[in-house]
Amino acid sequence: MKAKEWLIERALLLMALSAVTSLALIAIFVLAQGLPIMLREGLGSFLLGHRWAPTKHAFGILPMMVGSTCVTLGALALGGPLGVACSVFLAEVAPRRVADVVRPAIQLLAGIPSVVFGFVGITVLVPLIRNHIGGPGLSVLAAAIILGVMILPTVISISQDAIEAVPRTYKEAALALGCTPWQAITRVILPAARPGITAALVLGMGRAIGETMAVIMVIGNAVKIPHSLLDPARTLTGSIAMEMGYASGEHREALFATGVVLFVFIMVLNTIVNLRLGRRREAS
Amino acid sequence: MRRVNPEVTHRAASVGLWLSAGLALAVLAYIIGLVLVRGLPAVTPHFLLASPERMGRAGGIFPTIVGTLFVTTVALLVATPLGVGTAIYLTEYARIGRLAAVIRFGAECLAGVPSIIFGLFGFIFFVITLQLGWSVLSGGLTLAVMVLPTIMRTAEEAIKAVPASYREVSYSMGATTWQTVTRVVVPAALPGIVTGIVLAVGRSVGETAATLFTAGASLRLPTSLLSPTRTMAVHFYILAREGLSETHAYGTAAVLVVLILAINTLANWLMLRFRAKTQ
Amino acid sequence: MTVPESAEGRPAKIEIAELRVSYGDVHALRGVSLPVHPNEILGITGPSGSGKTTLLRTLNRLNDRVRTARTSGQVLLDGEDVYDPEADVYDLRRRMGMVFALPTPLPKSIFENIVYGLRIAGVRDHRVLREEAERALRGAILWDEVKDRLHEPAMRLSGGQQQRLCIARTLAQRPEVVMLDEPCSGLDPISTLKIEQALQALKERYTIILVSHNVQQASRATDRTAFLLMGELIEWGPTAEMFTRPKDPRTADFFEGRFG
Repeated sequence: MKAKEWLIERALLLMALSAVTSLALIAIFVLAQGLPIMLREGLGSFLLGHRWAPTKHAFGILPMMVGSTCVTLGALALGGPLGVACSVFLAEVAPRRVADVVRPAIQLLAGIPSVVFGFVGITVLVPLIRNHIGGPGLSVLAAAIILGVMILPTVISISQDAIEAVPRTYKEAALALGCTPWQAITRVILPAARPGITAALVLGMGRAIGETMAVIMVIGNAVKIPHSLLDPARTLTGSIAMEMGYASGEHREALFATGVVLFVFIMVLNTIVNLRLGRRREAS
Repeated sequence: MRRVNPEVTHRAASVGLWLSAGLALAVLAYIIGLVLVRGLPAVTPHFLLASPERMGRAGGIFPTIVGTLFVTTVALLVATPLGVGTAIYLTEYARIGRLAAVIRFGAECLAGVPSIIFGLFGFIFFVITLQLGWSVLSGGLTLAVMVLPTIMRTAEEAIKAVPASYREVSYSMGATTWQTVTRVVVPAALPGIVTGIVLAVGRSVGETAATLFTAGASLRLPTSLLSPTRTMAVHFYILAREGLSETHAYGTAAVLVVLILAINTLANWLMLRFRAKTQ
Repeated sequence: MTVPESAEGRPAKIEIAELRVSYGDVHALRGVSLPVHPNEILGITGPSGSGKTTLLRTLNRLNDRVRTARTSGQVLLDGEDVYDPEADVYDLRRRMGMVFALPTPLPKSIFENIVYGLRIAGVRDHRVLREEAERALRGAILWDEVKDRLHEPAMRLSGGQQQRLCIARTLAQRPEVVMLDEPCSGLDPISTLKIEQALQALKERYTIILVSHNVQQASRATDRTAFLLMGELIEWGPTAEMFTRPKDPRTADFFEGRFG
C-alpha cells in the first residue's frame, strides 16, 4: 500500500510540473530560434531599426513596436474606461436580475473567437472609418476599437473582483456621512480598489499586445511608422502571423526574434502583476 | 465651492453607467447578430457535410469540422489528465509550500502567453523538432499546452471546494490518499472539473494563431493523427483574408459562433449546478 | 508513571501512557495516562477545549494529518505500539472506528456509505457487501428505517438517522474499538436515546469510547468515566463512583455544573 501511494505521489508530481515544463520549453525553443539573430544584428539595431525588409537583410522592428504600442494604448483608452464603468455598474449599480444577464453576456464576449471580431471589423468598421472619418479605413484606429472591445471581459472581471473586495463598511460609512452613492464610489470605493483595477488594466494591456488575428484583419499591415490614427500600421504579432507562412532561414529567425521581444515583454508584465496582486491578496 | 449639485452628478453618473453596460451589450449583440443574420442562411446541411470546392468558394466545410473535432479531442485528452492531476497534487499532496507556489506561478504565466507564441512554439517544437509535421497531433498538443492553465485552475477550485469533512471521514476509515481522491474528492468535484473542460473546449474551437502554424491549412479530410488539417477557425480566417467568398465566410463564422454559444451556455449551466451542490 | 492496571486485572485494550500533544504553542494534552478496558463504554468528559477530541484523534493517528501537531508518549493497542514506524496506519484506522460530532454522510447512497470501508479494503462480492451492510445497519438500529431505500442519497436522512448511518458505517468494517466524538450534539432527545441504546447493545462486541461534554449523558451511558480539564487527566474511575464520590474538587465542580 505504502509503496503504491509513494509511486502515485511521484507520478502526480510529474504531472504537476507539466505547466512549468511547458513554459520552460516555450522559453527555450523560442529563444533558441530568435536570440542568435538578435545578437548578430545587435540588440539596438534590431529593436530600433526603421527598416524591416527581411529578404534584403534589413531587420529593424521599430515600426512594429510603434504599431503595437499605439494600438495597445488606443485599446486601453477605449476599453479601459468603458470596462471599469461596466464593472462599477455590475458591482454597485445593477439590480440582481440585470447583473445576471450582463455578466454571462460579458463572458460570452470573451468566448468569441478573435477572427470573428476581425471579420466584423473588416466588413463593418473599416468601411465606416473610411467613409465617414477618412483614410483607407484599415488603420490604427480600427485596430484600437476592436481591441478595446476584446479586452473588455478581462478588464471588467478583474475590476469587478477588486471592487467587490472593498469592504462594505467603507461604502456604508461614506453614505452615513452624507455622500451620494456616486460620491461614495468615486471617493471611497474606487480609490480602495485602485490596485486591483490597475492590475485589470495591465492585464488588459497584456491581452491587447498579444492579440493577433483580429488586429491583422483591420490594421492594414503596412510596415511603416504610423503618423496618425488613420494610418495603417503593423504590430509585432501581425508581423509574425503574416510572414511565418512563407519565411525561411534568417527571415524565420527574425520572426522568432520578434516573438522573443513579445514574450519577454508579456512575461515581465505578467510577473509584475502576479507579484503585486499576490501580495495584495495575502495582505488582505 | 460645489458648483454642481452632487445629486445631479449622481444621477448623471448612473445614467452613464447604465449606458456603458448597454454599449457593451449592444456591441456583443451586434456582432453575434450580424454573424448569425448573414451567416445562418448559408448553413445548409450540404454546407456542413460537403467538402470545400474551389478553395472554399463553394461546397461545404466538412473537413474543417472534422479537423476541429480531432484537434480539440487530442488537446483535451492530453490537457485534462495533466490539469486535473496537477490540481489533485496541489490540493492533496503538496507538502512543500514553495513547490506549490512555483507550479502555480508557472500556470499563471502560461495562461498569459499570447496564442501566436504558442503557434511559434508548436511549430518549432512539434512540427519541426519532434518531426510531427503539420498534423492533428501537432495542433492538438499545442492547444493542450494552451488550455492547460484553464483546466488546472477550474479543477483546483472545484477540488478545494469539496468539504473537508468528506476527507476526514474517508481517512478515518483507513483509506489512503489516492483512495480518498478517487472515491470521494474527484466525484464530488466533478461538475466543476467538467466546467473547466468545457471552457477549454470553447477556447480550442476559437483558436486560430496556434493551430494555423501547427495543424496546417490542408483542406483534405484528416484521416489520422498525423494528417494535416484545417480547423474551422483557420478556414474562416483564410476565407476572410483571401476574400474568397463572403457568404461562406459568414457561414463558417455562424457555425463557430453557434458552437461557442452552445459551449458557453453549457459551461454556465454546469457552474450553476456546481455552486448549488456545494451550498 | 506506569500505566495503572485495571481493577479486574484484565489486560487493557488500549493503553495510553504520558501522551502529550501540542499544536505549535498550544498544549492540547499534557501527559495523559489511561487504560481502556475491552468491552466497556468509557466516557471522556470535560469542558470544551479540554483536549477530548485531540485524544481520540491521537488514538487512530488521524492527527498525523495535522501538520502542526507534535505528539509524544505511547499508545498501545493490544500491546502494540500504534506509533511504530512500521505500523500499518490504514489497518489501525479500520480497527478504530470513528464517529464525528456532526453527522457526516458521504455524498453517496445509503448503501454506498455503509460499504465504503469494505470497498476500500478490496471487498467486491456484492452478496458479502449486502450482508455486512444489513448487519451493520441492524447494529446501529437503523435497518428497519432504511431497508427499503438503501440506494437513496444518504443526505436525505434526518440528522439522527444520518448519525446512526455513520455508526453503521464504522460497524461495517468490523472494528475493535468504536470512538464517538460528541455523537449526539445537535440531535433531538429521541435520536439521542436511540443512539445510547445502540451503544449499550454494541458493547458486547466492541470497546467503546464516548466523548461527551454533556454530564447527564456521561452519567447515563458509560461504565467508566475520565475527566479531562485543559489537557490534563484529572481523574478517572467507574462512573457511579465518579459521580457520587469524586476525589478531585474540580471534578465535583464540573459535574455539578459550576463551569463547563
